[in-house]
Amino acid sequence: MKGLLDQQFNNGGVIISSLEDITNWARMSSIWPMGFGLACCAIEMMGSMASGYDLDRFGVVPRASPRMSDVMIVAGTVTYKMADRVRRLYEQMAEPRYVISMGSCANCGGPYWEHGYHVVKGVDKIIPVDVYVPGCPPRPEALIGGILKLREKIESETLVAPEGFKDILDKQV
Amino acid sequence: MQVEQFKNLIDSKLGVGTVLSIDENTTPTAIVVAANQIAPVCQVLKDHPETLFDLLSCLTAIDNGPEANTMEVIYNLYSIPLEHALTLKVFIPRDQVEIETVSHLWKTADWHEREAYDLFGIKFMNHPDLRRILMPADWEGHPMRKDYVEPETYRGMKTIREEDDPI
Repeated sequence: MKGLLDQQFNNGGVIISSLEDITNWARMSSIWPMGFGLACCAIEMMGSMASGYDLDRFGVVPRASPRMSDVMIVAGTVTYKMADRVRRLYEQMAEPRYVISMGSCANCGGPYWEHGYHVVKGVDKIIPVDVYVPGCPPRPEALIGGILKLREKIESETLVAPEGFKDILDKQV
Repeated sequence: MQVEQFKNLIDSKLGVGTVLSIDENTTPTAIVVAANQIAPVCQVLKDHPETLFDLLSCLTAIDNGPEANTMEVIYNLYSIPLEHALTLKVFIPRDQVEIETVSHLWKTADWHEREAYDLFGIKFMNHPDLRRILMPADWEGHPMRKDYVEPETYRGMKTIREEDDPI
């Protein structure tokens, strides 16, 4: 979808669009992540948010509370000790909420895949993940790519049949 | 001071037999001390004007496995005024991993002993607060032991990712 402001204004500034397009545009243009990081991936995440890569141009501004946040960027190694906290933070976020799993550790356990007694083998074992960003750690470009992917996902959402219920609805048919 | 002089000093203060041997393989050279003597030895090394080990750089442990049936506790000492260093080693049997604390001599030992307890299960007697420091309080077992077996689940989370787990 082209941004609303890219479209021609006529008829005295009145534009006609579908409700879905408007809400999706609003949601995808201000994806506020929760300001928290777990390991070295968080350094890359901070780098992406700083002036060099300037994630603010996508409306991505870190928030200090899960209540204000739309997306949780799981940036780093999720230990079993942290897993309960991550799950609780996710549950505290208001819907619609999204999760980006950033880096190999959060995706699947990374280097702790086989011999790490303390690492959750993928954050998707505790919370649902929308976008996986590979890398160890991913470059800021990769994280921005992940955020663009998430924007695509939000863009294709519909109020009539929410994404979260799609599987359930499919099963009932 | 050379390692021989440290050995002679300990022997003269605490009696022959306190120092079991000298281990040349470590840096700095280590003195192997009898397990029941570690606290008095540390006290002497800390207070004696010729040693003055006022800093415990590190306290760590080694599990030699069920075959050797021993564990080691290793103390890295350093003297800031005299600028010399020394390693102390203590061997303890694996079926009774208990040793006297040195946390009353160096505050550093408090958390280092908690870590050794957390990961190796070594009980430091008379430690003021011997709790796990890294692993969650309800964790079972001590993960750095050679015969540690990882549990299949922890609080409902599977600890192994199968090949066919969905990504």
